[in-house]
Amino acid sequence: MATETAAPEKLTKKQLTADHPTWCPGCGDFAVLASFFKVLEKLQIPQEKIVTIAGIGCSSRFPYFVNSHGLHFIHGRALPLATGVSLSRPDTHVFVFGGDGDGFSIGGNHLDHCARKNINLTYIIMDNYVYGLTKKQTSPTSPIGYKSKTDPTGAIDRPVNPMKKLIASGASFIGRSHASQVKHMMAMYERAILHDGFSVVQTLSECVIFNPGSFDDSIPRKGGVFETIDEKKWDDTPEDEARHDVTDAGAAFGLAEDQYPGKFGVFYQAERPSKNTLEQKWIDSSMEKTGAASAADLLRGRFAKMK
Amino acid sequence: MTIAANDASVQGSESNSEQDSLPLDDIQDAVIRFAGNSQDGIQTIGGFLARLAGRSAREVMTYMTIPSTISGGPSIFQVHLGSGNVLSPGDDADFLVSFYQHSYDNHISSLRDGGVCIYDTDFVEPNPDDKRVKYVGIPITSTTIESIGGSTKSRGKNMFMLGLITSIFQLDRDKLAGIIERQFGKKDESVLRNAMLAFDAGYSYPIGDLFDRRYNLKAGTATDTDRVTTDGNTAMTYGLLAGGVRYGAGYPITPWSPIMETLRVELPKYGGLFLQCEDELAAVSAALGYSYAGHLAITGSSGPGLSLKMEALSYACMAELPLIVVNVQRGGPSTGLPTSVEQSDLLQAIYGSHGDAPRVVLAPKNVEDCFHIALEACRIARKYSTQVIILSDQALSSRIEVFNEPDWDAVVIEETKPDLETRPEDFRPYPLDGLTKHAPPGAKIASGKYPVVTGLEHDEWGHPTANPDLHQKMTDRRRDKLKMLMDELDTPDVYGDESGDVLLVGWGSTYGPLHEATDRARAAGSKFGHMHCRHMHPLPNGMGEVFEKFKHVVVVEMNDEGLYGNGQLATLLRARFCNPAITSITKTDGLNFKIREILAGVDLKMQASS
Repeated sequence: MATETAAPEKLTKKQLTADHPTWCPGCGDFAVLASFFKVLEKLQIPQEKIVTIAGIGCSSRFPYFVNSHGLHFIHGRALPLATGVSLSRPDTHVFVFGGDGDGFSIGGNHLDHCARKNINLTYIIMDNYVYGLTKKQTSPTSPIGYKSKTDPTGAIDRPVNPMKKLIASGASFIGRSHASQVKHMMAMYERAILHDGFSVVQTLSECVIFNPGSFDDSIPRKGGVFETIDEKKWDDTPEDEARHDVTDAGAAFGLAEDQYPGKFGVFYQAERPSKNTLEQKWIDSSMEKTGAASAADLLRGRFAKMK
Repeated sequence: MTIAANDASVQGSESNSEQDSLPLDDIQDAVIRFAGNSQDGIQTIGGFLARLAGRSAREVMTYMTIPSTISGGPSIFQVHLGSGNVLSPGDDADFLVSFYQHSYDNHISSLRDGGVCIYDTDFVEPNPDDKRVKYVGIPITSTTIESIGGSTKSRGKNMFMLGLITSIFQLDRDKLAGIIERQFGKKDESVLRNAMLAFDAGYSYPIGDLFDRRYNLKAGTATDTDRVTTDGNTAMTYGLLAGGVRYGAGYPITPWSPIMETLRVELPKYGGLFLQCEDELAAVSAALGYSYAGHLAITGSSGPGLSLKMEALSYACMAELPLIVVNVQRGGPSTGLPTSVEQSDLLQAIYGSHGDAPRVVLAPKNVEDCFHIALEACRIARKYSTQVIILSDQALSSRIEVFNEPDWDAVVIEETKPDLETRPEDFRPYPLDGLTKHAPPGAKIASGKYPVVTGLEHDEWGHPTANPDLHQKMTDRRRDKLKMLMDELDTPDVYGDESGDVLLVGWGSTYGPLHEATDRARAAGSKFGHMHCRHMHPLPNGMGEVFEKFKHVVVVEMNDEGLYGNGQLATLLRARFCNPAITSITKTDGLNFKIREILAGVDLKMQASS
């Protein structure tokens, strides 16, 4: 996503702060919000051009906490709505926030299509492996054995593997991060925002009420391992051989095999034209053919053929 | 068919010289039904005839059935050509063209007594004992093959029939040839050549031994030259473009698809775009995305698709986002009769979303009105920041009519850019004392406080609240803006008698049959009026007073009478006006109302009450 260079006034975290978040104390989403603010400060996107969009869920309250244009939509449909905004307003910066229910369950189909169409927007999925807003039901990413109100003896359904799903659906930027790692989140979000096309970052964000300790195995201070992806530097060194080529979808799929706790970093990134670019090309060539005629002239011409 | 009152001996100037010995009947109108299979191209020749009528100051209305199978299956196309006001596709056919035995078997009953059945002797064996109609057998298939050169199987017999019809009805051969050329000229040269060979074979086919007369369809007196010939889906599509719609999103479903196909191609010329989505939910959501971004947008579908959109439409009501939603109704419930006409989505359109979600519902009465209702929908959506559902139907979507070209300078909205002006310090998207006007992304807000559009109940600034007093006030607000619209609507006109025995009330594509039924009843001495509703919700003021002037208010619609004996509009009108004179005539056979069905229904009502 391109950024404007000369912002008339400096965008600050203070300007971007809206309501105090209604999340529970200790929720991982606070850190996601703080990281988002810091990245916006760094990139200096004009405030009125920032659009935050969300569906339904705890994390989907996000737009209320960001002082920007925002829209809080219905469950699961934030991506298609954001598609409409992105395609019709290329001058704006569209951010979508949501959880695992929105992204991988009720809105799972939209995620596939938004990804393959390569809509120019950034989607941050705050994944806590549980339905929190409705108070502890099994989510599409709950691991087998997770005890919830809908699976009191432990979840039995194989969970979605978000990275594999995203790679298969053709997303052009796929990152994975962790709400306990602010610097890593910021790096992921910044790269996602600067990517031209559909960028998505799954961010593990702990629900301290209904799924406490769920990500401890990836938090070093709790005895876990935060294993980041070592990307190729293309420096012709022998060490580079073993590093991950982010343009290699097969290798990315291999990295995604291990889901709990899994690896963190950029799994995949490819440059391919966004739908925004392709549609604009068609608009430009159509208008060129008609000589950018007025609506009245276009209609007159069309109706002449119906006589 | 109506024989013209003036002298029948006048020779048509376009007559075919070798057949001039046949006597010539001047006629006012004729109903011709072509019955064949869907791949025979009978819609194509129906379209040619309709276009010819449009160019000859004649009136026309067509009607067709299409099978919902992928390829093949029985299909008909009925053309009602006339020199007067043609408002319905015609109760019965004057001429039936049967290409196959099944065409004959299934449609011979649609031919009026004394009508003419033209059949293909290569495929059809008519009932030899039937003396009710006249039979004309022609080896349509073999003559066509012979004329083209024997290598084309039976393709082209539609053009052969068109030529024959041109000869029988003294139509303008040269004009028709021009229309054919324009249609086929862009394709391979041989396509046009074969089409013209078949057409001319039909035109010069010796009919002197088969027919005892030819017919001269009188040209109308209309002098308007700027007349267009098209179907309802097309008219609505261009109405939307004229009204300033620049963005759309949809998912394919019959009979809505042609609208999205046309918009997909047309919108980029206007600087906009149409998005084909993964499903109906995505389509309505993307359309609301355009709307939030500051554009006037459209989504649409047919019955089942509308059900899928309903949750998002409830959101649109709460968030007060403008949106046009087209529903080209078809037979339901469920997949139902996907290619048949029905008007059974009215209550869904008005009440189908969860919660108290008032919205505007409009219904066009004919093909021309599909254009104008789209303009009206655009105007209302903008002014009231509301969703507007347009209820078209399968019959309107596909039938072809002739109408006057719109006055473009008066109707076209050219300026369609989002309003990105900085909003003042006291900007409130939902003022309790005014209409909503959103600030789209890109617009600065002087107060520095940016709005979040939400589906939660909210205060004037759009901020979520569960305050009991505010929920009541905001519910009032969303309802009252539709009442404001109601107050600006004109009471629908009454055609015919202003008071009397029966007021026929209808909506949508029943306009023509109701109009003609009124004419017929009045000609027979009854005092009849006809009121046609275009604004279904809110209903305009003043209708109750009109109803009081009639003994019977009979609502005619193509949906079920329900558990309590009233169709959907009748149910609404009875609830609205508490007038026991309001009763209902309904049917759900997937076919348009015939005039005699309406009059027979009214007779039953009158007998029951006397």
